[in-house]
Amino acid sequence: MEDTLVIAGRRISSRFLLGTGKFASYTLMKEAIEACGAHIVTVALRRVDKGSKDENILDFIPAGRILMPNTSGARNADEAIRLARLARAAGCGEWVKVEIISDNKFLLPDNAETIKATDVLAKEGFIVMPYFNPDLMDARRLKDAGAASIMPLGSPIGTNKGLRTRELVSILVEEIDLPVIVDAGLGLPSQAAEAMELGCDAVLVNTAVATADDPVLMARAFAMAVEGGRSAWRARPASAGRYAKASSPLTGFLR
Amino acid sequence: MGFYDSLEKFEGFDLESFFKKVSDDDILRAINNTSIDELDLLSLLSPQAGRHLEAMAQKSQELTLRNFGRVIYLYAPLYLGNFCDNECLYCGFKRDNPIERRKLSLPEVEKEAEAIAATGIRHILILTGESRQQTPVSYLKDCVLALKNYFSSISIEVYPLEAGEYKELIDVGVDGLTLYQETYDRSLYRQLHPRGPKSDFLYRLDAPDRAAGMKMRSLSIGALLGLADFRREAFFLGLHASYMEHRYPEVELSVSLPRFQRAAGDFSPVFPVGEAEFVQIMTALRLFLPRAGINISTREGHALRANLIGLGVTRMSAGSRTEVGGYALDGKTEGQFEVADKCGVSEVKEMIVKRGYQPVLKDWQAI
Repeated sequence: MEDTLVIAGRRISSRFLLGTGKFASYTLMKEAIEACGAHIVTVALRRVDKGSKDENILDFIPAGRILMPNTSGARNADEAIRLARLARAAGCGEWVKVEIISDNKFLLPDNAETIKATDVLAKEGFIVMPYFNPDLMDARRLKDAGAASIMPLGSPIGTNKGLRTRELVSILVEEIDLPVIVDAGLGLPSQAAEAMELGCDAVLVNTAVATADDPVLMARAFAMAVEGGRSAWRARPASAGRYAKASSPLTGFLR
Repeated sequence: MGFYDSLEKFEGFDLESFFKKVSDDDILRAINNTSIDELDLLSLLSPQAGRHLEAMAQKSQELTLRNFGRVIYLYAPLYLGNFCDNECLYCGFKRDNPIERRKLSLPEVEKEAEAIAATGIRHILILTGESRQQTPVSYLKDCVLALKNYFSSISIEVYPLEAGEYKELIDVGVDGLTLYQETYDRSLYRQLHPRGPKSDFLYRLDAPDRAAGMKMRSLSIGALLGLADFRREAFFLGLHASYMEHRYPEVELSVSLPRFQRAAGDFSPVFPVGEAEFVQIMTALRLFLPRAGINISTREGHALRANLIGLGVTRMSAGSRTEVGGYALDGKTEGQFEVADKCGVSEVKEMIVKRGYQPVLKDWQAI
């Protein structure tokens, strides 16, 4: 049976999405993207400088990838909408990761503003991927607003703490008929595998890859873990139990 | 009222007695805990913590990497004018200094902008002395409108303004404010700023609140290190930053650590800060404020700046001229302070790359 991630009608060849901030160089970033085979890569529009004579980040995105600008820096829906429109006007395409943060200390997303921006941008034809706090009701609102997927956080951005929102995310997996992509907070490939085993459709990682000593190797490790976790989920794992299973069961005589 | 309440709370605090009681355990706990409080910050600023500098540096690097990645943001200052009504004892621009006074005409602003933009710089910080007559807000607005064609982000470092004036500047395209309290010691402040509008300690202290209240996107606050006991100054700077983070969570906050350098006039620093102490201040503030940017300007030399990369710094000025007309004009004036890192933007970029970091020229644009 084919198992391909589809978002907004597009077939996505990898369930591992990579963010492009925090790398020591664009060359290293490019190598990491190539090594892990990420199909969707996010770029902060605030960093894109098309008029620059200097290195331009967009020139280092390998061919054949879906470029997904994010609205990093937006403090409310209005700013996110303006950033998304600027990205489209700059030729960055229709995909946008809505990221609205009005708290710089914890970098937690503002769900109410995110829903507003998703609504406006989806109506304008954007493929909207909102980053949000994993709340079931808000996830439904995002779906109604036209989101193409939902991207709950695993733990706050950059903390590398893993899937601390596990219970809430698992509810979203069960209830929301959209791809669920864990975004932010995953620090190790095992944590990405955990999200995939839970039934998430994909994960997005940046800090853990970009700030590893060997970002290229780490990118590959994440991609492998995501694939492994996905296969495990599809294989329908045996249940874990507290007690050993007796090889001579007590009720064997009933058969 | 604003940060003043917290300042008052700790103003009478007996630092000396506290430092006497700080143990190695206190310092190690402050280094290893994930979240530290004001007293932990004080422990990290204690003389004894100098023995744990390597551990502080390691933790500082870890936090900086996680929060900011392997990047250093670059910007350049542009001095628009050096007219000033103040008499700050330590400043090259003080009213009575017999230096040439000048302000840039708009065509001159554009010439300077062209020269800076040609180096690749995209974030500009504009500065003036305090003269509402010579460099009024209307003049600043005209300059901002001219500079928008050259830069993606414009910050101001000018005299403290009224809230409505900050709003006016935000509306024409300013997104950042840099404002140093110079010293958090009120009585010393009075001595150092005897006359002129700057003598009003509280009006200056409240200015970042006024700007943040008007939704200024980024704020940079600081103390001029060398004027007073640096442990006390760094402590109050940390408290001020923490207050701002808590009160205005949407603001992108950074702290600046300008060390006093020679300027026109005969003032010399009373409490010079050595390099090890400078590193202690920077790493202590990083541990206390993991999310705050840390600025190191060209007041520091090239070699030290190179060594500070990886220890907590996130933003640097590059290719700076502190004279009015310093980038492209003939007959430039004397600088506000002596630039120690005289390297051009490309050399600073090279140095950053050599340290395994990426120089980032654009991190915001007017939207």
